[in-house]
Amino acid sequence: MFPFSFEWIWDMDHVVFMGGLWYALTILGIGMTYCIIKAAIDACRGNDEHHH
Amino acid sequence: MDSALIPRGVKRCPLWQFLLFISVVGAVLLWGVYAMLLCWIKGLNQTNMNDYYGFAIWIWADLAVIAVGGGAFFTGLLTYIFGKDELKSIINYAVLIGFICYSSALLILAYDIGQPLRGWFIFWHANVHSMLTEVAFCLSCYFGVLTIEFIPLILENRQIDRVPFFHHLSHNMHEIMAVFAATGVFLSFFHQGSLGGVAGVLFGRPFAFREGILIWPWTFFLFTWSAAACGPCFTILITKITETVTRKKLVKDSAIELLAKISGWMILTYIIAKTADTWYWATVTAPSMGQTLMDFYSNNPLYGIWILFAEIVICGFVPAAILITKKGRKNSVALWIAVILAVVGVCINRWVMVLQVMAVPVMSFDYWAMYFPSWQEIATTILPVAYGIILVGLAHRYLPVFPDESELNPIETLPAEEEETVEPPVDLEQELKPAEA
Repeated sequence: MFPFSFEWIWDMDHVVFMGGLWYALTILGIGMTYCIIKAAIDACRGNDEHHH
Repeated sequence: MDSALIPRGVKRCPLWQFLLFISVVGAVLLWGVYAMLLCWIKGLNQTNMNDYYGFAIWIWADLAVIAVGGGAFFTGLLTYIFGKDELKSIINYAVLIGFICYSSALLILAYDIGQPLRGWFIFWHANVHSMLTEVAFCLSCYFGVLTIEFIPLILENRQIDRVPFFHHLSHNMHEIMAVFAATGVFLSFFHQGSLGGVAGVLFGRPFAFREGILIWPWTFFLFTWSAAACGPCFTILITKITETVTRKKLVKDSAIELLAKISGWMILTYIIAKTADTWYWATVTAPSMGQTLMDFYSNNPLYGIWILFAEIVICGFVPAAILITKKGRKNSVALWIAVILAVVGVCINRWVMVLQVMAVPVMSFDYWAMYFPSWQEIATTILPVAYGIILVGLAHRYLPVFPDESELNPIETLPAEEEETVEPPVDLEQELKPAEA
């Protein structure tokens, strides 16, 4: 549910509940985007200095 | 045949043996899938749910796998946030077990809602006053976290790791794993807690109802605490079972002992809190509602007072006493007993908080309602177990789940054999070309 949905109400319950969901999803999304972009750049540069 | 996919420096059973094993477990899986399809196609009339039991047996299984799957978030917290490097020997397996538990939990919810195509309603038309909405949010997001934690392990497969992009992706994900692990801890705290909260706020069910802080009943905190305490015991138990089946040592003793020690202290503190909660509920909360302790226990086979004793003493204080002592942790038999009791204990807790809650009569005309699940419920409850065994089998065979396995089980091979095992198939083909010519 987003603030532009018809059933959205600007109250603390909606902000905390849905805010928590977006917060978690944003962290996961940004984290994975960073990893994928960095991996693409590293692969293009042929950077192979790390071993795990 | 599949040797090019097997991690370097480890030995696996022949492919035919592995496929035979997968086939046997796969047959059980198909039985569960058939029952699941019956529930989806024909509806929840395939279960024995009734006016007393609004939860099928699989809801207990759902809560139990979520509780024992708590080993993933707690081991992740200890490894990535508190820097307990000894646990790197077992963290991959903890993540795998967590992934299996949480995917199973979501699968169970998919057939529990009866109409999985409308599963997204809970996100879009969210009831922001419901603890179950919080559970659905956190459970789904945490499954995302576990998937992210599991992906690098898949990418480290010998053949996949040869692709530069996947190799770098795996490395980059490892680098920021602490961020994902911290998010996982945040999500786990809330969904484990809210599952307990669901029971605790049922003021019409005096067996479950508890007081607490603000909107959170004590069960909220006890559920999170018990999952963090007993989840690692499940990780140890599955590790020990895997070691027994494969007849190999897969994880260093230091990792098992550290996890067992932390788990032991967590169980001890949890069970003291649980005892205090039970005492207060039995002497203050329940009497204030006109009930006595023995109103909640009967002489029927399932819900006698023995179940309370089993949960708190036998499956609480006993494993805690074993695990907090060095002698107990180092004794293999005692360790087995302790982790089994701890896992059984948390499963009993979820059992009583789901099923006994509904069995206890609350109206003057009510009676103790017994419940026996239909075969479809049993099959769909066993389904995640079969799925988990298959996934563990595949991961153990093809992924470097146990980083110390090759060190703990050195293989003595002739140089020629070693070359044959180590060389990737592409190189072998290249080597064969001159001979073919």
